[in-house]
Amino acid sequence: MAGNTICFAFEDRYNAFLKVCTKADHGEGKLKGIAIAVKDNISTKGIETTCASKILKGYVPPYDAHAASLIKHAGAAIAGKTNMDEFGMGTSTENSAFGPTLNPVDIKRVPGGSSGGSAAAVAAGMVRMALGTDTGGSIRCPAAFCGIVGLKPTYGRVSRYGLIAYANSLETIGPMANNVTDVSLLMSVIAGHDKKDATSYNRPYNHTPSAEIKGLRVGIPKEYFGQGVDPEVAAVVQRAIGRLEELGAVTVPCSIPSMEYALAAYYVICTSEASSNLARFDGVRYGPAVDTKKSWHAAYQDIRKQGFGTEVRRRIMLGTFALSSGYYGKYYAKAQIARENVRKDFARLFADVDVLCGPTMPTIAFKLGEKSDPLSMYLSDILTVPVNLAGIPAISVPCGKVQGMPVGLQVMGRPFEDERVVDVAYAYEQAVKS
Amino acid sequence: MVTEKDVEHIGELADIGIDTTELAAFTGQFNAIVEYFDVLDQVKGDKTVTRDLLNVFRDDVVEPSLSLEEATRNAGAKEDGYIKAPRVM
Repeated sequence: MAGNTICFAFEDRYNAFLKVCTKADHGEGKLKGIAIAVKDNISTKGIETTCASKILKGYVPPYDAHAASLIKHAGAAIAGKTNMDEFGMGTSTENSAFGPTLNPVDIKRVPGGSSGGSAAAVAAGMVRMALGTDTGGSIRCPAAFCGIVGLKPTYGRVSRYGLIAYANSLETIGPMANNVTDVSLLMSVIAGHDKKDATSYNRPYNHTPSAEIKGLRVGIPKEYFGQGVDPEVAAVVQRAIGRLEELGAVTVPCSIPSMEYALAAYYVICTSEASSNLARFDGVRYGPAVDTKKSWHAAYQDIRKQGFGTEVRRRIMLGTFALSSGYYGKYYAKAQIARENVRKDFARLFADVDVLCGPTMPTIAFKLGEKSDPLSMYLSDILTVPVNLAGIPAISVPCGKVQGMPVGLQVMGRPFEDERVVDVAYAYEQAVKS
Repeated sequence: MVTEKDVEHIGELADIGIDTTELAAFTGQFNAIVEYFDVLDQVKGDKTVTRDLLNVFRDDVVEPSLSLEEATRNAGAKEDGYIKAPRVM
């Protein structure tokens, strides 16, 4: 790399960063000299990476995640590692072991999660772009709550190599920025095949956003405007869809019947995968030192009880339960069938429409501490999880405000048509700008 | 209905280390969540979902990898280049 260095000295009023790289080197390329914040579950060589968990405090990865390596090679300067819900498990960034991130629009409210630190860093203008990860909405939710743009790419389009796994079959790394053009630029750098990720596809992204959407068929699933969705949020999103119609898009009412059980299926699958993935945190190879004088199970239990937060322990236990003898058929097997039904519903709709539109989140950002009961927090993910179950791309773009808080328009597309959801978001963004 | 005894057993299976003082809260939350999961009973069919995808393997060729120093740097307990673990037996 060429010898350019950027010094970062911003005041982190929102607890967006877990680690700020006060001096970052950068080279030449598409992202030359652009400051990019990286979510703390993405491995960065030589920079502490904790997943906002005490169990990884002090862990310094010996290698870069593929996405981190790509942005560095494109000339970006990594500004630091951003706060998140521990291991990505949450919708508010309140589950961080290092304190919650505050929403820059209103510091009494959550920034959304789990990529809340990345969203807040971008929204507050501390960095131009950020990498987030999305397992059940973790890029789109904070993008919507903080009023920025976030893209959840098609599963397999961005390598997960070096992303510390929570639920492999659902999660993906994706770009976040203040506008669609920057999101698209960052996507063009991180997408593409990586032989180190067995689920990686050879589908590079070389796209310049186009605002031409005349004749585009936009499905409007009634479930996205139904029970549990704040009528004021729904009204703002309906107006945004009206703008798309003015630009020549044709709206088509439709329905996703499998949404009735999509959220339950999502939570069974993600907790099951988490119970397996997080078994590796044993305090032996990384994390706080384990007491080698004790027996294996006693030492293992001690370290996990001290190192994991309550929500992480709850999800590991829920997944262990869903996979345990006598319950596997009732929960995990049924959840997989439900997942297939979600996929089929999307495939059926995409035979007729080009994209689907609805709100990203059912409400505006809630107040810190407002959702103390885990189930009510899980229910906030109802509009984002179907996309992860199906592996399709979706973008959240700001489309107005309710009570002064940003609302996100979610555009969902066919697998590998990330370019199209970017175009629809871009068309909307340009229309409201002019 | 999930009982405190069930949660204790699951905690043991998951090696998560549960205190008796935590049991009541976890059990209450577990019941609410599992009750919500019961909506999956409505899902028809019991055939396992399969996909026509092949495993992606690479040839077993030795490539550069981490040095011993790099690979063990993050371990808390080490001795003579080895990582120390609690006794299993």
